[in-house]
Amino acid sequence: MSIEVRDITKTFGGLTALRDCSLTVEPGTITGLIGPNGAGKTTLFNIVAGAFKPDSGQVLFEGADITGLGTHRLFRRGIVRTFQVPNEFSRMTVRENLMVVPSGQMGESLAAAWFSRRAVRRQEEEVAAKVEDVLAFLNLDHVGAELAGGLSGGQKKLLELGRTMMTDAKMVLLDEPGAGVNRSLLAHLTEAIERLKEERGYTFCIIEHDMDLVERLCYPVIAMVRGEILASGAMEDIRSNQAVVEAYFGNAKVGGR
Amino acid sequence: MELGGIIEYGLFFLSFVGIYALLSLGLNLQWGLTGQFNIGIAGFFAVGAYTSAILTTAPSPHHLGGFGMPLAVGLVFAMVLAGLVAVLVGLLTVRLRTDYLAIATIGIAEIIRLGLKNEEWLTNGVRGIPGIPRPFAETLGQSDGVFLLVVVVLILMVYLALEAARRSPWGRVLRAIRENEDGVRAAGKHIERFRLEAFVVGSMIMGLGGALFAHFVGFISPEAFTPEFATFLVWVMLIAGGSGNNKGAVLGALIIWLVWTGTEFLTSMAPPEYVTQAGALRLLMIGILVQVILLVRPDGLLPEETADRTK
Repeated sequence: MSIEVRDITKTFGGLTALRDCSLTVEPGTITGLIGPNGAGKTTLFNIVAGAFKPDSGQVLFEGADITGLGTHRLFRRGIVRTFQVPNEFSRMTVRENLMVVPSGQMGESLAAAWFSRRAVRRQEEEVAAKVEDVLAFLNLDHVGAELAGGLSGGQKKLLELGRTMMTDAKMVLLDEPGAGVNRSLLAHLTEAIERLKEERGYTFCIIEHDMDLVERLCYPVIAMVRGEILASGAMEDIRSNQAVVEAYFGNAKVGGR
Repeated sequence: MELGGIIEYGLFFLSFVGIYALLSLGLNLQWGLTGQFNIGIAGFFAVGAYTSAILTTAPSPHHLGGFGMPLAVGLVFAMVLAGLVAVLVGLLTVRLRTDYLAIATIGIAEIIRLGLKNEEWLTNGVRGIPGIPRPFAETLGQSDGVFLLVVVVLILMVYLALEAARRSPWGRVLRAIRENEDGVRAAGKHIERFRLEAFVVGSMIMGLGGALFAHFVGFISPEAFTPEFATFLVWVMLIAGGSGNNKGAVLGALIIWLVWTGTEFLTSMAPPEYVTQAGALRLLMIGILVQVILLVRPDGLLPEETADRTK
C-alpha cells in the first residue's frame, strides 16, 4: 500500500505552490514531510487527499491513478486525512464524533431509520463497540460523553486520529498532529501512531514542524522548500543537509550561497 | 367572557399554535439539525395551502379546479408538491452555504407569492380561494375542537417521525454537517445528498402546515403568505423554543403565538389614529424579544439534547 506522487505542479494565480514534486510513501512507514511555512506541504496533502486537482502530474495509490478523484472516492479506496485545525463536531459528544465516521451505516438512509429500526440498532451497537475500542486505545474513555467542543487542543488532535481509526483506511495523512499539544499528550499521541503502525499495519504520512517529534517518529523524512523537494532520508541526514538548513534559516536562495 | 367563549377561543388559539408548530418542526429539521438557513418558509407554506385548497374545494370558474377531492388527498398532495418544489430549489442551492441559501430561499418564496397573486387562472389572484372545507365538516360540523384533534394527531406523527430521524445515524450526519462540513466530507459522506433530503422533508412538513392552515381559515389569498407571518415568526418560534430540539420547536410555537396574539390585544386598545403604527410596533416587540432571548438564553428554552445516546 503505497502512495506515489509523480511530477506534481500546482499554481495559484501567479504563485507556484508546487513544482515538479515527486515522492513515495512506502507501505508500513511513517513518512515525515517537513519544510518552512509556505513550502507547499499542505497543498501537496490536499492534492493527494483529493481536495485540489494538480495542474500537471499524477498521484498513484497502489499503482492506480487517483489524480483528481474527490475526497469521498479516495476515502472509499482507503486514504484518509486529518486537518491542521481539528474538524471536530463541537456540539456533539466525543462518542458521537466517532460514530459519525464509519461508512456503510444503513441508518444513514432515512427510510431505514424509520422502517428498519431493529437492524439499524444492531449495527449501531457494532459501531458503538468499535468506538469503545478506539476510545480505550487513545485513552479518551473518560471524555467519551463530553461535548467535543470542550476538549483541550491536544485531546482534539487525539480525536482526529480516532476518527481515522473508525474507518477501514490504512493510509493516513496527518497534518501537524503535534501542533499545540502539551508534552504528556504528545508522548501519548506518538505512542498511538507507532502502535497503529506496528500492531495494525497503518501507513502514515505526517506534516510536522516539531523536529524532535519528527526525529522520534518518522523514517524517511522528506524536506520541502518553496514548492520543491529538496532532500529525503533519515532525519539526521536532513539536519546536516546544507540546502535544507539554509532554507530554514532563510538567508540564502535555494542552492546558492 | 363566559366559560364557553373562553374554551372556544382556546381551541381557536391552539389550532393556530398547531399549524405554526408544524412549520417550526420543519424548520428545525433544516436549520436546527442541518444548519440550512431557509428564510423562504412562506413559499412552501403557500404551495401546501394552495395545493390542498385547489384539490378539495368544489368546482369553481374562478380558479383551477376545484376538484372536490377528500381532505386526505389534499394533505398528501400538499406535501408532495411542497416536496417537489423543495427538490427543485434544493438541486439549485444544495451547494450553497448558509447565507447564500438564505438569499435564494427568500427570493423563491417571493416569486411563489407573486406567482400566486398574478396567475389568476390558477389561484383567482388577490381575490383568493374561498370555501375550503374543514376536516370531517359533513359529519362532525365546523367545530374548532375537531380541527384541533386532527392537527394534534398530525403533529404527533410528524414529531415521532422527526425524533426517530434525529436519533438515527441519518440525523447524526445532519448534525455533523451543521457543526463542520469539512469533517463530514473527510469521512467520505455525500453531504449534498443529506442536505437535499433534510431540505425536502422539512419543506414537506411546511407544506402540510400550509394545507392545514387553508382548511382551518377556509379562505386563502396571497396576503396570508408574507414573510413576516409565514417565515419570520416561525424563526422566532424555533429560536425561542430551542433550535435543534423538536419539543422546543413546539413549545416555541405556543409561547411566541401567545406573545403575538397578546400584543394584538394591546395594540387593539390603541387610539384608532395609531392603529397602523401599533401594528408595526408589534413586529418591533417580537424583534426585541428575539434579542432578549439570544442574550439571556441563546440556546432557547429547551436547548438541544446532547445526552450520550450510545450507552
